[in-house]
Amino acid sequence: MQLLELRGKTQRADTAFRWISVGAAAVVLVVLALVAITMTQRSLPVLDKMGLDFFTSSRWVEAEGSYGALSFIFGTLYTAVIAIAIAVPISFGVALFITQVAPPWLKRPMVYVIDLLAVVPSVVFGLWGVLVLSQHFGLGRSFLTAGVILAIMITPIITSLAREVIETTPTADKEGALALGCTRWEMIQATVWPHSKGGLVGAVMLGLGRAMGETIAVALVIGSVSQITANPFAAGNSMPAVIANEWGEADDLHKSALIALAVTLFVITILVNLVATAIVQRSMKRSRGS
Amino acid sequence: MKTRVTKTLWVIAVFAAAGLPACGGKKDPGGGGGGTVSLNASGATFQKAAQEVTIEAFGKAHPNIKVNYGAGGSGKGRQDFSDQVVDFACSDAPYKDAEKAKVKGGEFFYIPNVLGAITVSYNVPGVDKLQLSAETLAKIFQRELKNWNDAAIAADNPGVTLPDVAIVVARRSDGSGTTENFTKYLVLAAPDTWKLKSGSTIEWPTDTQAGNGNGGVAQLVKSTKGAIGYVDLSDAKGSKLVYANIKNQAGKYVEPTAAGVTAAGDGIEVKDDLIFSALNAKGDAAYPITAQSWCMAYAKQTDKAKGAALKSYLKFMVTDAQALLPEIDFAPIPKSLQDKALAQIEKIQVP
Repeated sequence: MQLLELRGKTQRADTAFRWISVGAAAVVLVVLALVAITMTQRSLPVLDKMGLDFFTSSRWVEAEGSYGALSFIFGTLYTAVIAIAIAVPISFGVALFITQVAPPWLKRPMVYVIDLLAVVPSVVFGLWGVLVLSQHFGLGRSFLTAGVILAIMITPIITSLAREVIETTPTADKEGALALGCTRWEMIQATVWPHSKGGLVGAVMLGLGRAMGETIAVALVIGSVSQITANPFAAGNSMPAVIANEWGEADDLHKSALIALAVTLFVITILVNLVATAIVQRSMKRSRGS
Repeated sequence: MKTRVTKTLWVIAVFAAAGLPACGGKKDPGGGGGGTVSLNASGATFQKAAQEVTIEAFGKAHPNIKVNYGAGGSGKGRQDFSDQVVDFACSDAPYKDAEKAKVKGGEFFYIPNVLGAITVSYNVPGVDKLQLSAETLAKIFQRELKNWNDAAIAADNPGVTLPDVAIVVARRSDGSGTTENFTKYLVLAAPDTWKLKSGSTIEWPTDTQAGNGNGGVAQLVKSTKGAIGYVDLSDAKGSKLVYANIKNQAGKYVEPTAAGVTAAGDGIEVKDDLIFSALNAKGDAAYPITAQSWCMAYAKQTDKAKGAALKSYLKFMVTDAQALLPEIDFAPIPKSLQDKALAQIEKIQVP
């Protein structure tokens, strides 16, 4: 009797749970779709006027109503690449240190400190970048300064994800490798790396996503100059920084151009994520095959 | 036990959800009927300080009217005003024709309320007095002149020894009415030399330094040897910068002061809708890089209490508050313009 009653209740709870979760999932999709649609719609005026030049020209001149985003796209990717190049070795190193090398008493405080770094607001990093990196260390406002700041910002995220992925390596595998006479490094190569490859690529991509979308910290240190150059010490600009800097005073077409920048950023981020997913799946298949 | 706690929480949550909007709803009609009225405004950062002193003085005389000014930029002010999300807005530049067509609330008035100088501040060791003509200024800011000892700068400064120091140009990284007015001035006063046109952002040479806001540019000028940048007068004074005297239409080099700005105001030509430009104004004492700012208000107000409050605030702004402006390094609008502004305010209809 009691069991039956309980079952009835559970079923009701089950249905409720089902609808709530379906609703939550639908809300996310609907919001995403609405964002994509309205943003694309509002970017049409500038795309109409500029055509493909929006993506291939670097001339961004309000007075002529001429908006070409190429140098900003370049700046976004270039700073993100610099950030990844600096952050990935450090993050993986720290993650491996915490999981494989550090004594237990050091592990917990280190994890704690790194997670804490991940929640520092980006404007704090930006101001620190302006005051310390560009003025004190004389890096000036440049791609490199922005890249370094971004690296500092994404290191904690990549580290904590990498740490969690690495920790899922089965102990039996690791002990087996050690029992076969592997050194610690060989053990990492033989068990940790193949096991975690997919997850690590995912961690890097998440960091890359954050680096490309970061606004305020970059706006403060990148220098706000429209140019394409491989020189990391030169000033440049990035898409989110331009949006943040110019939105307040923008007229209609200018606004449309800024929204088109946001859409471009959106698309590039999705592309990067798709590529990342493909890489992860391929590497998983390969490691399963071997 | 656990379920009871959960149930209690649910009950509280439901009551809270139902109760909040009800409470919020009651306050609004209260605001309209003789209680406190709030006026919300947004717009130019240029006149933020001017609005702040005006609001403070107005609040003392009218404690039941609360005015909030959000300084999000002239462009944001114009946008908010045309979307009718604010009661009035202020801008350093009038609407462009295409924008004006999208203003949703019908006819509106421009109410000029403040004039201010944009200084050309510099940081050159050993030089505490500098004179610049518009042509030299244009050449410096488009990076044609790269050293302070250039003959073109020396020609503006007879008798002054200029050091062999590289020029560093500091400008805004953000879109700005100050950039717009400064570049408009260069277009007006040095049309043959200045090639970068005008706008809230322009295509700056790549070897210029960018700072955020007037404060950011002031900081760059202060901390960089050989730097020169355009900063509004109150920020330049606040950062204790040294600034150049600029050659005006009459050929005189004038220092940026409230007096120089007022003199520029005397030389302006005002259109019927009170649109004018104080840039490159006539008159011996006029400081040529003088910017102006307006507030905008709809001709037909829909709310009685708000409309009345708005009229009294705007009136206060163009009359009593004008005397407060020189203290914060702005200048009042000329008397003739003040009368015209008052006439416009009178035309605002309150139901």
